[in-house]
Amino acid sequence: MTESTYSPETATYRKVVEAGDHWMHRISKGQTFRILDLEGNQAADTLFYNADDPSERYAADITVRNQNALYLTTGTTLMSTEGNPLLTITADTCGNHDTVGGACSRESNTMRYSQNTEHMHACRDIFLTGMHEWGEGFGKRDITNNINFFMNVPVTPEGGLTFEDGISGPGRYVEMIAEMDVICLISNCPQLNNPCNAYNPTPVEVLIWD
Amino acid sequence: MKTLYERTITGGGMWSQTVGRGKVIRFTDIEGGANVSMLLYNADEMIERYNMPDTLKGQHTFQLTEGHCLHSDMGRIFCSIIKDTAGWHDSVCGCTDAQLVQNKYGECSFQEARNKFYRNARDNFLIELGKHGLGKKDIVPNLNLFSKVVCDDTGVLHFVEGSSKAGSFIELRFEMDTLVVLTTCQHPLDPNPEYDPKRVKLEVFSADPVTEDDICRTSRPENDRAYLNTQDYYALRS
Repeated sequence: MTESTYSPETATYRKVVEAGDHWMHRISKGQTFRILDLEGNQAADTLFYNADDPSERYAADITVRNQNALYLTTGTTLMSTEGNPLLTITADTCGNHDTVGGACSRESNTMRYSQNTEHMHACRDIFLTGMHEWGEGFGKRDITNNINFFMNVPVTPEGGLTFEDGISGPGRYVEMIAEMDVICLISNCPQLNNPCNAYNPTPVEVLIWD
Repeated sequence: MKTLYERTITGGGMWSQTVGRGKVIRFTDIEGGANVSMLLYNADEMIERYNMPDTLKGQHTFQLTEGHCLHSDMGRIFCSIIKDTAGWHDSVCGCTDAQLVQNKYGECSFQEARNKFYRNARDNFLIELGKHGLGKKDIVPNLNLFSKVVCDDTGVLHFVEGSSKAGSFIELRFEMDTLVVLTTCQHPLDPNPEYDPKRVKLEVFSADPVTEDDICRTSRPENDRAYLNTQDYYALRS
């Protein structure tokens, strides 16, 4: 757990992202970016791209093997597919974020739960909406394995993996400094079939400091 | 079982072919300590690809072995692990790249070493993907057959040496027509300080029909639903 020295009043950008919405935004090198879990236990599914060449993007596998550890927290460098630092986590009052659970989709919901969940809003649809609105040729090929900020996916030494109740709470946040100009895409997760959002998806706030 | 195809992939080598549904690939670790970094795509719609998170969360597992399925990002199954004597295959640590190979093993160019030069998995993936019109945007977290990486109670990852013995094998039964792209470079967390990628034998057979009590289909209700999704896909196509 590491608290930030930044005050929300001095942020140069603030935006509340409702559950089920996307947020796509450029963050410049040196800016500090915070995601605030306003009401608690809300998964923020997040992707990052090099703003100058989006074929370079967040790499979950390189990030975990670079730090030799599975969970993300203060000190974690979020690595790109080209082996470059995208951002570094500088403050974290939740303590543990997932990057192997991926994003939900309508198709994977039919596999995980039942055909009856096929109509339900899902993160990979939200990513696509955000990408099409942004333009610049973004599309499904750009949906890679994301970060789930505030989501709790414990893995055991025996090889078990489960989605558990969140360990986040109202007002908890994660903060990171951009190591290059990046584009961030968030889907504020609408999943209602597992405890990743405590069965009650809620808004998050994004804040940026220069 | 009649062998339809057989190849030995040299250490640090690469291979990409379309494998039809109803075929089985058996990979054999000839010497022990091999690693096969592998990516999977729907041969007909290559925008559909292997998905590590869906594979792991769909089966509530961090470990992949006999009875598990390898899922696509569209709720379907590319292939099923119908037999496995190695016991654990990794899917979270990614693959080696040029920087990692240089830092770990040093420089060894083709000019200097001819075909013993040091190769890396990412560049090998890009070479093979390029032959199918694919590229950087199509690389996602891959499988690492024969490599065991455990996560301890504090989240630290540990590569388990000697997990795959000489003669260990894994059989993948394909449920979809799948572009298989693979490279036999060392695992990125392999502590061996020497560049020493191992060769792997690859054999292809025809699969027996998938029965209602198939171990992969019945291992999880999620897998059964993904089998039905896969059946639906082909019911519409053919």
